[in-house]
Amino acid sequence: MTQDQMTAARQFIDAIPHSRRLGMRLEELGDGRAIISMPYDSALIGDPVTKVIHGGAVSALMDTAGGAAVVAHPLAGLGTATLDLRIDYMRPATPGQTITASAECYHVTRTVAFVRATACDEDTGRPVATATGAFTVAKASA
Amino acid sequence: MSRPEPVTQVKRRRDLALSMIVSQVPYIEFLGVCFDRHGDELTATMGFHEALIGNPMLPALHGGATAAFLEITAIIGLAWSTLWDDIEAEKLDVEAVQNGALVLPKTIDFTVDYLRTGLPRDAYARARVNRSGRRYASVHVEAWQDNRDRLFAQASGHFLMPQSHG
Repeated sequence: MTQDQMTAARQFIDAIPHSRRLGMRLEELGDGRAIISMPYDSALIGDPVTKVIHGGAVSALMDTAGGAAVVAHPLAGLGTATLDLRIDYMRPATPGQTITASAECYHVTRTVAFVRATACDEDTGRPVATATGAFTVAKASA
Repeated sequence: MSRPEPVTQVKRRRDLALSMIVSQVPYIEFLGVCFDRHGDELTATMGFHEALIGNPMLPALHGGATAAFLEITAIIGLAWSTLWDDIEAEKLDVEAVQNGALVLPKTIDFTVDYLRTGLPRDAYARARVNRSGRRYASVHVEAWQDNRDRLFAQASGHFLMPQSHG
C-alpha cells in the first residue's frame, strides 16, 4: 500500500465518529487484513477495582478492525455491516497499555464476509481476546 | 405482623443501590447509558449522540457501540439480580461499594446478532439471566429502538461470577 492510500484509509477510519471517539488508529491495512490500535483511557474503565478497560470498548475495536479487514478485501466492495460478532475474553488487558486488534477477512462469498480477529496489549504473546464474525458484502453495482 | 415498609423508603433504597452500582463504571457514563427501574426490572437506555455513529453515510450506530451497550446491560442486569436479595435485606455494604470494592461479573464470551441497522436515535435494552450459578452465569439481552417487538440487536454471553471469600 502506498503512502497516499494509507493516508486515505486513515481518514476513512477517522471519519467514523465512534472509532474516533475511542481514539482508534489504523496501523496497517491491505488485502483483507487490518490492524487497529486503541490507547488506554480511564474513561473506558469497566472494572472499577482493577481499572481494566470495559469489554464493550474491546468489542468496538474488534468490530472496527473486522469491518476494515472486509473493506480491504479485494472481493468485498466498499461498505459493510456486522451480521454477528462473537468475542472470547482470555484475560484482562493490562491497565495503561494500548490494545491492538489484528483482523483477517479469511473468506468472502457474494453475500457474506467471514472474519477472525485477535486483540493484544503490549504483551503480544498472550492475546487479551479473540473474535469471529460475519459481515455483509456490498452488492456489486449492475 | 409488621407493617410493610413505606413505599418511598423502598424506592429510595433500591434506586440508591442501583445508582451506586452504575456510577462505579466509567464506561457506562462514557457511552451515555442509564437505567430505569420498575421493581426489580431494569431497562437500559443509550441516549443518541454523534459519537455513537459507525456509518456516517446512512447514518447508523456503530456495531461496537451496540455491542458495548448490550454487554453493559448484561453485566449490570446480572449484578443487580445477584445483589437484589442483599439490597432488600438491607445487607448491601454501601460503604464498600462507594469505596470501589464492588466486584462485577466478568465476561467470558459475548455473541451479538445484528438484526437491523441501528438508527440515529435512542436505544433500549433489557437483560434476562437464564442461568446464574455459583461460578458461571448465562445472560441474554435484547435491544430495540422504536418498537419493542422489532429488535435491532440481541446478544447472549457467559460470565464469571465474583467469588465471595470465606
